[in-house]
Amino acid sequence: MKGYNFAYLDEQTKRMIRRALLKAVAIPGHQVPFGSREMPLPYGWGTGGIQVTASILGADDVLKVIDQGADDTTNAVSIRRFFARTAGVRTTTATAEATVIQTRHRIPEKTLREDQIIVYQVPQPEPLWRLEPSRVETTRMHGLADYGLMHVKLYEDIARYGQISIAYDYPVMVNERYLMSPSPIPAFDNPKMDMMPALQLFGAGREKRIYAIPPWTRVRSLDFDDHPFRAINAAHPCGLCGATDAFLDEVVTDDRGGRLFVCSDTDHCAERRAAGHVGADGLREAAE
Amino acid sequence: MIGALTPGFAEPVGGAQSCFRQVLDAMARPGRVYTVGAVAAPAPLSDAAAAVVLTLMDHETPLWLDPEAEAARGWIAFHTGAPITGDPAKSMFALALTHYAMTIWHRLPFGTDEAPQTSATVILHVASLTTGRAFVLEGPGLRSPATLTVDGLPGDFAAVWQRNHALYPCGIDLILCAGNQLAALPRSVAVREG
Repeated sequence: MKGYNFAYLDEQTKRMIRRALLKAVAIPGHQVPFGSREMPLPYGWGTGGIQVTASILGADDVLKVIDQGADDTTNAVSIRRFFARTAGVRTTTATAEATVIQTRHRIPEKTLREDQIIVYQVPQPEPLWRLEPSRVETTRMHGLADYGLMHVKLYEDIARYGQISIAYDYPVMVNERYLMSPSPIPAFDNPKMDMMPALQLFGAGREKRIYAIPPWTRVRSLDFDDHPFRAINAAHPCGLCGATDAFLDEVVTDDRGGRLFVCSDTDHCAERRAAGHVGADGLREAAE
Repeated sequence: MIGALTPGFAEPVGGAQSCFRQVLDAMARPGRVYTVGAVAAPAPLSDAAAAVVLTLMDHETPLWLDPEAEAARGWIAFHTGAPITGDPAKSMFALALTHYAMTIWHRLPFGTDEAPQTSATVILHVASLTTGRAFVLEGPGLRSPATLTVDGLPGDFAAVWQRNHALYPCGIDLILCAGNQLAALPRSVAVREG
């Protein structure tokens, strides 16, 4: 694109972000501060993820962007077009074809490979922020690996509700050292982070933090021996493709109480349907 | 001598990007050896070290330069603008030609408990990354223990590294360069003689 550097960011900014990324990879789960830039879209729209993607992207990369699992929602479409225009990279919706996947709040259902990088958009990188509002205090807690506060919160959940009542952004322990926010992915996706073959990078634009998980790194969802971590999902098969092991969205279909449960990962669902899998509502749709 | 300067990356944006991805992958997969593209490296720097310098350094990154690499000072200053410091404690990067220069290791910043990312990154020339002594690596980035073969590390390297690793999450990250090859050892990885 004329008038802009490759992938929008200037080289000085990319170098600064690249240095932060290397430190983040060397200290899995630790939040590294960086000089987050103004981007041509507001904070909260994935500016952290975009800056990380812009700093790693090369002309040969194939980019996939998802928003809540979908390739065709506003945030995903606009970020994909942003990089198609500013970097001229090839884009795709197929998980297997992508070399870089930027995501908002989901991990694709298909197991990622060693040669792929997943970039998470992170609104709030500090896992302790609801429990301790002071950055100075939480930084000290991370320094001391003092995570008692989070265990108390989980215990209080169990005492009050009989279970841990966190459905998304479920705190994880990385490499048995740092408590980390997995970004607001559903707890259902947490187990995918553990020993993932792909490199995982996290960018928080407004909060100006970058962190990372190298491939093959232990990521443990916090729990108790007598209340083990459970991945929560709707107790239905996907209405369109019949998948029973994919994370589902609940869609209201009419004003008479109609409901449809469908895969949140649109590429996964489309691929299954193309392979001939049909769910209960898929049949009805075809019959109508 | 300015007239004798060799160029940096032939294509600055693409060159820095592809070298960075090699370094990023190397840091994410400790001990795996990567090859960087061609650079007109100034003597006595290796291609890999020169590419890393061009990729990561600028006016914000104080560099401790091995006195034996003095001949490359003008090239580094011209292409990156990195301030070259004689005080290892003030450096963000250290570039060492041989492990003798690593006598400054203990004077480099190791980071603090609250800001472990403020430690230095050492770029160290070694004779070879394909022959020599074998080290067994274990830690994040490695599915199972991996072997790195290096020629040109000090005899007590495993012990030096163990002291560094014990400081985790503080500690120094190491990028080993030989010719146009590089491999990285982040502080998170444990090293023992193989």
